[in-house]
Amino acid sequence: MVEALWGRIGMMAAYAVFAPLIGGLLDGIDRKISARMQGRRGPCILQPFYDVAKLTKKQLLSVNKFQLLMVMSYLFFVMLSGALFFGGCDMLLCFFSLSTAAMFLILASTSTHSPFSTIGSHREMVQMMSYEPMVLLTAVGFYLATGTFRVMDVIRTDIPVIAYAPGFFVGFAFVLTIKFRKSPFDLSTTHHAHQEVVKGVTTEMVGIEYATTTVAEWYENVFLLGVVGLFFVTSNPWSYLVAALAVFAVYFIEILIDNTSARVKWQLMLKLAWGVTLVTGGLNLFILELI
Amino acid sequence: MKTMHKSPWLLHYDGSSCNGCDIEVLACTTPVYDVERFGVVNTGNPMHADIFLVTGGINSQNEDVVKQIYSQMPDPKVVLAVGTCACTGGVFKECYNIKGGVDTVIPVDIYVPGCAARPESIIDGVVKAVSLFQRKHEEEEKKKNGRHRK
Ligand code: SF4
Repeated sequence: MVEALWGRIGMMAAYAVFAPLIGGLLDGIDRKISARMQGRRGPCILQPFYDVAKLTKKQLLSVNKFQLLMVMSYLFFVMLSGALFFGGCDMLLCFFSLSTAAMFLILASTSTHSPFSTIGSHREMVQMMSYEPMVLLTAVGFYLATGTFRVMDVIRTDIPVIAYAPGFFVGFAFVLTIKFRKSPFDLSTTHHAHQEVVKGVTTEMVGIEYATTTVAEWYENVFLLGVVGLFFVTSNPWSYLVAALAVFAVYFIEILIDNTSARVKWQLMLKLAWGVTLVTGGLNLFILELI
Repeated sequence: MKTMHKSPWLLHYDGSSCNGCDIEVLACTTPVYDVERFGVVNTGNPMHADIFLVTGGINSQNEDVVKQIYSQMPDPKVVLAVGTCACTGGVFKECYNIKGGVDTVIPVDIYVPGCAARPESIIDGVVKAVSLFQRKHEEEEKKKNGRHRK
């Protein structure tokens, strides 16, 4: 019992330490693959780390101090949700904590009263509205498939969750595009050179604030990809390899979608996200309830 | 920090240029020249920018805009004037509303001449700006450390 507890704490610590490294590397790989898809050489894979390092050294020309506090809280709650997840806790708790984190991001951006970040935060809220139902349904899917919300029990099943919940998986992968801020759903802010009403929610974030937001995004990405992997994990150790492959496949498809689609309006995003949620998640839920 | 120069984010502002230089600046980001391989990101946000790239001269309308953008950029920052117009006012110099080059309103660090400036020389200017950016950062650090020692 005590050993198991230490194991879980170890996983949490590992997440806190390695998630930004993995997230940053994934970001670098993303930029490289995107550049290759566009026929360019692209920056080096470590570029995201150089960017963050530079941002920490820039002058903090922030509008108010409150913003930095909110950004730090955003990072804290993202870390908390990931740590709870990798520590094997309740999945609902992880997702609630993630929503709280998103609220802090919105608070950070609205605290400046800049018209650009205000538009960005409105759009961020619309994005939340679009993905939140599916995120919650995903937790329900895990429950229906395994009878528990606890991640540490989910990984002890003999049949992977994907066998019961392929619909939930498709729906979750769909809303990941919104969560990763990838085109066509990069409405609130974007990672690319093209702008979306300047820089959306991150417009007024300077230096260390923007660096913190970026690192928080890396933590968040690793957590979300962890959820993707969880669909494939069973008590068999080999399933972790399958999960890793699935994670890479999903990430690659996200990059592909990002590079091949144009941004849509928020109305279409909302309709698409809820439509997919209803069809894939709803149908899967219905079938699982029947059997 | 030694890696500052690896991440120069660029803000492009079009003063009263004829758009010739702007097209050349945009050409730098295309697959042929691909400035992103140096880590350059073409951002539209002064708060995130390190290098302020201006094309075209300064007229009485954009004077305040240029000053404001410059003041919104956090230190260290570098200003790059691209094209003859941005350097001196160029062919528009004698116009009634033109004040002259960018250096009439904000301090310019690097001048890239040419009408229009070639993408190669723009990239050359950006690379120079990048090393200056690193130097400015190091000077700042030195100043800070000096202050702490006192
Ligand atoms: S330098 Fe020549 S090409 Fe460039 S903005 Fe002036 S007139 Fe146009």
